[in-house]
Amino acid sequence: MAKVTFTEHTGNQIIADVSVGQTLMEAARDNNVAGVVAECSGACACATCHVYIHSDWVSKLPSIGQAESDMLEFSLDQDPNRSRLSCQVIMTEALDGLIVDVPEDQM
Amino acid sequence: MTSIAAEYPIVVIWAGQAGFELCAKLRLLGVKEPIALIGDEDAPPYQRPPLSKAYLLGDLELERLFFRPRSFYEVENIDLRTGCSCTLVDRDRKTITLSDGSVLGYQTLVFATGAAPIRLPDAIGGDLKKVHYVRTLKDADAIAEDFKPGKHALIIGGGYIGLEAAAVASGLGMKVTLVEATDRILARVAAPETSTFFCNLHTSHGVDLREGVKLIRLIGEEGSVTGAVLSDGTELKLDVAVVGIGIRPNQKLAETAGLECENGIKVDALLRSSDPNVFAIGDCASFPYGDARIRLESVGNAIDQAQTVANVIAGKASSYAAKPWFWSDQYDVKLQIVGLSTGYDWIVTRGHSRGPLSYWYYADDKLLAVDAINDPRAYMVAKRLIENGKTADPEIVADIGSDFKTLLNKG
Repeated sequence: MAKVTFTEHTGNQIIADVSVGQTLMEAARDNNVAGVVAECSGACACATCHVYIHSDWVSKLPSIGQAESDMLEFSLDQDPNRSRLSCQVIMTEALDGLIVDVPEDQM
Repeated sequence: MTSIAAEYPIVVIWAGQAGFELCAKLRLLGVKEPIALIGDEDAPPYQRPPLSKAYLLGDLELERLFFRPRSFYEVENIDLRTGCSCTLVDRDRKTITLSDGSVLGYQTLVFATGAAPIRLPDAIGGDLKKVHYVRTLKDADAIAEDFKPGKHALIIGGGYIGLEAAAVASGLGMKVTLVEATDRILARVAAPETSTFFCNLHTSHGVDLREGVKLIRLIGEEGSVTGAVLSDGTELKLDVAVVGIGIRPNQKLAETAGLECENGIKVDALLRSSDPNVFAIGDCASFPYGDARIRLESVGNAIDQAQTVANVIAGKASSYAAKPWFWSDQYDVKLQIVGLSTGYDWIVTRGHSRGPLSYWYYADDKLLAVDAINDPRAYMVAKRLIENGKTADPEIVADIGSDFKTLLNKG
């Protein structure tokens, strides 16, 4: 298990216990985090699970793949340093304590 | 008169994606009233797109298909009744009757009844075993049983369902024949350019893809399919057949209840049916689009329509504005589509079949839709443009050396 803190755009915080191997998107979905729409449910086809990773954690995440990077490039309010598609981030023990901000809109 | 077993402010008929999303979105909006969600399958609500893709390939576990664990529905006071269908809607009494005989009262009723595959007539072998459709988890599990390396599959229909099934079968090492009755695959939804790309893709993976060829009849032995006769005169030996020849909206219940239907349950811009206490969302809803009415068979539509009705119920009414988009995974190719190409009169091509490739559909100078093939950037840019009512300079689009950012800035 790893703890993840999601902060919704309203400021509401949700602290989730996430199984290792789940994606960050699945963790957000299972914990009813508002703002992670995830229309394609992890197929990397929609870019509606866009989140911002806390600066302290960015370097600890697995690197961004080509498809993810291509989708993010034109996402709404993309932050070149902190944006990720949460469906592409697989949870590991090393990510215990991860802090994530959720944008107001996805597209 | 049967007594009413329970009263619910909100009753949702069918627990597909639209029905589930509506319940989840109501809770996110702070609507706390009890909801009954009626589903005739045994599983809790689940994602359907992977049934013809990753799940069928065995790349996605069952639990990952579920939108939420069962505990979610208890915690959120959603009375999820699975394995149970609705047999009657009485709009005068504001009740529905379930297959177990119980009667539930409602204040607001939502049809999220989805659509059902068009079936092959029994007379040409539609009733044989090992003839499959792709709609439910049970369907996908049954197909998986029969999809084994070395076996011969016939795929009937060259739409997305058929093509995805063919890609999975081929990927599993099966011999695959696909027949499309019209002169090209994807004829209903895409330009000839896109059809040609996918035709070549399947052929290069060894699929025997036959366009303009009809199934005459399936042949069976001991009740199971063993062969097929095709309109090109050939007779095939088969182990399994998958039928993907389209779906029809599930509207019978609504029709019987006296609601207006016309290729789906007719709704207005707030997705209200001809009865103001009754809504329809998802695949089953026929909604106003420009001067016409359309239905959209897509996840995006199910989610967005659920959001619209959730807003209306929560007192934040806003008209539904469709933002059509679709995707398909076949082999190592991801197709992303934004917009509806209906009425296009010309196509601009960007890229080539070996790399990122996109087809841009125009009516006059208006950009209608884009098919992006392994080209997520084209998809994202086109989505931004189309959803903001902007077009794209065809000369810039066609110039592979141009920067997409130019398109966004010019619009």
